[in-house]
Amino acid sequence: MLAKRIIPCLDVTNGRVVKGINFVDLIDAGDPVEIAKKYNDQGADELTFLDITASSDNRDLILGIIERVAEQVFIPLTVGGGVRAVNDIRRLLNAGADKVSINTAAINNPSLVSNAAERFGSQCIVVAIDAKKTGNDWEIFTHGGRNPTGLNAISWAKEMVRRGAGELLITSMDKDGTKSGFDNELNAAISSEVDVPIIASGGVGNLDHLVDGIIEGKADAVLAASIFHFGEYTITEAKNYMRQKKIEVR
Amino acid sequence: MIAIVDYGMGNLRSVFNAFKKVSPNQRILVTSDPSLIQAADRVVFPGQGAMPDCLRELSERNLTESVIDAARNKPFLGICIGLQMLNNFSEEGNIKGLEIIDGKVIKFKPKNHFNKVPHMGWNKVHRPKNHFMWNGISNNERFYFVHSYYVQPQNRDLVAGECVYEKPFCCAVSKENIFAVQFHPEKSSQAGLQLLQNFTRWKV
Repeated sequence: MLAKRIIPCLDVTNGRVVKGINFVDLIDAGDPVEIAKKYNDQGADELTFLDITASSDNRDLILGIIERVAEQVFIPLTVGGGVRAVNDIRRLLNAGADKVSINTAAINNPSLVSNAAERFGSQCIVVAIDAKKTGNDWEIFTHGGRNPTGLNAISWAKEMVRRGAGELLITSMDKDGTKSGFDNELNAAISSEVDVPIIASGGVGNLDHLVDGIIEGKADAVLAASIFHFGEYTITEAKNYMRQKKIEVR
Repeated sequence: MIAIVDYGMGNLRSVFNAFKKVSPNQRILVTSDPSLIQAADRVVFPGQGAMPDCLRELSERNLTESVIDAARNKPFLGICIGLQMLNNFSEEGNIKGLEIIDGKVIKFKPKNHFNKVPHMGWNKVHRPKNHFMWNGISNNERFYFVHSYYVQPQNRDLVAGECVYEKPFCCAVSKENIFAVQFHPEKSSQAGLQLLQNFTRWKV
């Protein structure tokens, strides 16, 4: 049976892997290759690198990190953050990324998703969706949940798949940073409407949240950052716990 | 020398990196030069994207003949679309393949939203038979897959590995000097690296 995936997410800024809470008090998390190796040894199924660099000037610095990690760690690598054009995607893939995640640029220019999928194949195009509950629906927001777009999250998810997204990364802006679990209702609603795998993100505070994300949220993969970075849990512990709860893991 | 066939479809860097890792002293080339493919001791035939595009690019770069020649004569490793292209026929675009393996390429047709397409992630590989390429790898080991089509060989003897996604499907084919897999050994951590290392040592 296909295993449910656990994906640790690493924040990168100005060419460094950092850790911090809500992007403040960022400290160096260590050597990217060493961190990636550690997660790989613990059984991480993939790694996601999120570039949180504020200015576009320093975004290229992530390429060096991806190149170094891809020489040593042989599991799928996804890179997101600040991806705006087909050329950004090409450069990330050439550096060794297997998938690239597109967020705001997909909203500003939906044809970027179609063009990228056409050019590089759907298998490497992840569309990141940041959604917030509004009434009985969910709406897409940008800029860390500050700017509403008027787009319905479920229709948007379907539109992105129609345009060639091979996977969706869904972050609840209500839950992100709260450590109170994923928005499983949102994830299940999207998962039952699209044929591509979905990754649940935003809100993990303990291992039950990962289990709930799979069972209630019908996610194919779960992504978490802080619980792994700050050593609260190892990926091995997360997998053992999921296995106990009868979830198929690697 | 190991030649990794480059026909302009997708990124071959991870395949190259993985071979460098398991065989640092061997010469490894990513190449679209037919004469280098002819000269190579071993040939790796990767692929991603759509099979019709892959076949077209292969032909436009005058690589079809040297790939077919390599597949008949020396240790040859197909990966993903590189496996699919070896077959007679594909449902993807309803086209003829390279006709090296008697089989066809079929699309996953999931019955519900719980089996997503693409089949993406780590799944178990069961081996109906032993093969040098599986040395050092346990039966039912997990490998990383990402694909929407799978191969169905005409003869069960060709099946070197099976996987289950809704139902069993063939995920590895072996025929004389050819070993071809649907999963991505270059992204399958330790088990994948072991398979690639076996390929560098496989005598046919």
